[in-house]
Amino acid sequence: MGPLLLHLALLLLFPPLLVGGIGKVKAAFAGRRGAPLLQPYSDLARLLRKGAVYSRTTTWVFRAGPTVSLAATLSAALLVPLVGARAPLGFAGDLVLFAYLLALARFALLAAALDTGSSFEGMGASREAAFSSLAEPALLLVFAAVARVGGAPSFRSLLDPAAAGAWSIAGPPAVFLLAGCLFVLALAENARIPVDDPSTHLELTMIHEAMVLDHSGPDLAFLLYAGALKLFLFGAILGRVLLPSPLGNPVLDGALFGGWMLLFAGLVGTVESTLARLRLDRVPHLLVSACVLASCGLAVLVARGVR
Amino acid sequence: MISFLVLLPVAAGLAALAAGSRLRRDALSLVAAALHLLGVVRCWVHPPSGELGGMLGLDAPGLLFLTIASVLFLLTAVYGGGYFARADPRALRIYAACSLFFLASMTLVCSSRHLGLLWVGIEATTLATAPLVYFHRSDPRVLEATWKYLVLCSVGIAVALLGTFFVAIAAAYGPPEPTPLLLESLLARGPTLSAPWIKGGFLLLLVGYGTKMGLAPLHTWLPDAHSEAPAPVSALLSGALLNCAFLGVLRGAQVCAAAGAGGFARELLVLLGLVSVGIGAACIVGQNDLKRMLAYSSVEHMGILALGVGLGGGAAYGAMLHGLNHSLAKGLLFFAAGNVVLSYRTRSIDAVRGVLRRLPASGVLLLAGFLAITGLPPFGVFLSELTILNAAFAQGRGVVALLLLAFLSIVFIGMAKGILGLVQGAPPEGTPRERESPVAVGPPALLATAALALGVFVPGFLDRLLEQAARIAGG
Amino acid sequence: MRSLLDALLVLAVLFDFLLLGIGDLGASIRISAMQAATLAALPLLAREDGSLGHPILLFLGVLAVKVVLIPRLLFRAIRDASIRREMEPLIGYGLSLVLGGGLVLVSFALAARLPFPGPPPSDLLVPAAFSTVLIGLLLLVGRAKALAQVIGWLVVENGIFLFGLAFVHRTPMLVEMGILLDVFAAVFVMGIMLHHIHREFDRLDTRNLTALRDR
Repeated sequence: MGPLLLHLALLLLFPPLLVGGIGKVKAAFAGRRGAPLLQPYSDLARLLRKGAVYSRTTTWVFRAGPTVSLAATLSAALLVPLVGARAPLGFAGDLVLFAYLLALARFALLAAALDTGSSFEGMGASREAAFSSLAEPALLLVFAAVARVGGAPSFRSLLDPAAAGAWSIAGPPAVFLLAGCLFVLALAENARIPVDDPSTHLELTMIHEAMVLDHSGPDLAFLLYAGALKLFLFGAILGRVLLPSPLGNPVLDGALFGGWMLLFAGLVGTVESTLARLRLDRVPHLLVSACVLASCGLAVLVARGVR
Repeated sequence: MISFLVLLPVAAGLAALAAGSRLRRDALSLVAAALHLLGVVRCWVHPPSGELGGMLGLDAPGLLFLTIASVLFLLTAVYGGGYFARADPRALRIYAACSLFFLASMTLVCSSRHLGLLWVGIEATTLATAPLVYFHRSDPRVLEATWKYLVLCSVGIAVALLGTFFVAIAAAYGPPEPTPLLLESLLARGPTLSAPWIKGGFLLLLVGYGTKMGLAPLHTWLPDAHSEAPAPVSALLSGALLNCAFLGVLRGAQVCAAAGAGGFARELLVLLGLVSVGIGAACIVGQNDLKRMLAYSSVEHMGILALGVGLGGGAAYGAMLHGLNHSLAKGLLFFAAGNVVLSYRTRSIDAVRGVLRRLPASGVLLLAGFLAITGLPPFGVFLSELTILNAAFAQGRGVVALLLLAFLSIVFIGMAKGILGLVQGAPPEGTPRERESPVAVGPPALLATAALALGVFVPGFLDRLLEQAARIAGG
Repeated sequence: MRSLLDALLVLAVLFDFLLLGIGDLGASIRISAMQAATLAALPLLAREDGSLGHPILLFLGVLAVKVVLIPRLLFRAIRDASIRREMEPLIGYGLSLVLGGGLVLVSFALAARLPFPGPPPSDLLVPAAFSTVLIGLLLLVGRAKALAQVIGWLVVENGIFLFGLAFVHRTPMLVEMGILLDVFAAVFVMGIMLHHIHREFDRLDTRNLTALRDR
């Protein structure tokens, strides 16, 4: 019961802090003080208090979109191990379920965007669909590598102490290739630079933002929180891949996890501040490169005979 | 002695770069060529011992191809004096220096006993000849030919380097050696070499050096480069350089045979040889450009060389003799064709008529060259091709022999149509009979005489050298 | 030591992919120079016996030729030619990347087929060498700009050098220096030709070089 509560508490409380941290890093690069660290919490509270406005051209699909998206993301979150402890739900094949739940969340948003009948939202939806169809194979390749090392197609493979030996045979090259791919995916799936600029106000340059233009009030709060949760999950998985074996001591594990999340926020913030957004026709090249990175990592694993 | 033969042309080339007047440069080239030939003749009489820790040495095939190269170079230097009479002096400075560097690198290739040094030499020949091909700078077609030559041959030679490394890895299977790529040590440790690595290495060497040699289907640079280059350069490239590239393939086949994979190597050589002869024959028929036709003929004859060595036995002797005869005949043809092109200002066969009336000596030489290269008696090529055919039938490889005969007939018909049309008929109006200078006619005449002589009688010392070379090549 | 060697090998192959995907000629020259620098450091890490002199000389030689001199020559060819910096691929960037990934897998398969005599310095060495050679050939074939073909050739040479690493102490220095010198001279001559191609055609596009054909 205890670990489950801790897991849920982490899920509910931590993600907006991550987003706030990234904002602080970006502000530091720009020489500003930036918004307070806890600003995203205030934003969520404010949005939850407001009422939502629904266009007369939309149907139940539009209203259901954010809810389904949040539900799917939360369910996916129950599969991911945090802080070195096992996830509340885990079984063989949960890697694939994770990918599909995220896809379900995305699909709900796409359907909601198309439901509005607005051209901007449709454009954003089609871009998002195109790019995510390139990102899916990369994610599945990384999961395939994880499954191969750990022996079971489950997130448990990331925690198993027996798997730690296999990871060290695979060696740093394979780990870094997979981690690099995951990092690129984290940026791509969460609409970060260099794939998408979250702070742009020009609709023609938006990808994810264009999709969620018409949501307001609690719906928008759900979407913002789901986005932060997704980024948090990717950061957690990346951390597990880089440091496979938990130390066993919950306090130390917690500190390690917190430190890694800080580092992750710093990395994402740095990348967002130093790189420019890629031209739209170059984004597929980036995603294909991520696929290639993952397959190279997998090839190294197979070549080294890691079972 | 060998180091002297390599370094002499280098020194002469550097001096030619610095030389002030054209006369001095021409004299430098001639003197260097003559001294080089004298040195080579001395190697015949007193076979030199190994130098540079065994990395340099002259065995029979090396000495044979080196002699051909040296003789051809001297004749080209003489011929070039007349051919380039009205050429741009700046371009001539580079030409003189690079052709001497070319001679040095060919000497290095012929005398190298270390596979790595062999590679360095062959790459050096590509680099030295690129400026030679790019002589007529104002023509974009020449630029294209030079670029294709440079890139394709460099890629091929890079592949050959990989093959050389494969051979070194194969050698690592035996007891450790300080210089494993030395030919002597490789041949001595034959059975201990790892077969898959040697086979892979030979394949890469064949593809790599075969590109440089002009074996089809890797020959695509050859017609362009040999036709756009000036005639003396074409003669050197076709007559000397292709042989030296073949030496690289030969060394690979030697190592293969020592490692017990000789059959594999020979089959590949027969296959590529036949393909080259076939493609050469197909492209000669209907060819309108005179020098391009001669270039395809080189492809065909390199195919015959590979075929001869691939068949082995008596055919290997025929192949070595063929290397010599082909160089003589091809040099003769390019010199005569050069005279024709210079006079008529076109390479197109359709546009040239009446060479026998306008340039009688060159016309006769062109005819003689055509008869020689297509293998008619009493020229030498007939003898060597006959030897190869004989051996093919004797080994029971009737299909190979019949295919070869068919291709040779096609070549004869194609070239006959071209050259006979050229030499006969009346020259265009208003063109008098031209005076042909001795430098333009002398070298090809000498080559024609030699080709004729070798068709009738192979002198004893040459026969002994050819025998030795054939035995090394897999007789 | 071994993991550092592994990391450098992976970095070399990542440089290959960067070359496949990047469209800027100046960046390509710099990346191929960085790849050569990475490879130059490898003899120092891969040596089996204790002698240090040979690998250090090789390191300095490769550094001097491939990292300093050759990029300088190539940049001069670009500057003289004042060509547009775009790569103009014949095979699109995305397809090149996917093909490159396929070639890496092929290299791993090839490397598994060819057993090495005695343990190589790293089990990633042979696949990395094959991948670099194959990707270099892909670059050669898939780009229209003449300068891009030169860069492709340099990558092939890098891959072959990587292969030669397996026995760096067994080839005489003379030969290795000769190989380096040849590479330098080749790029020198190619640079001159690039200059002439530009002068003639005003663009370094090899699609202009198609006049010579039969009949």
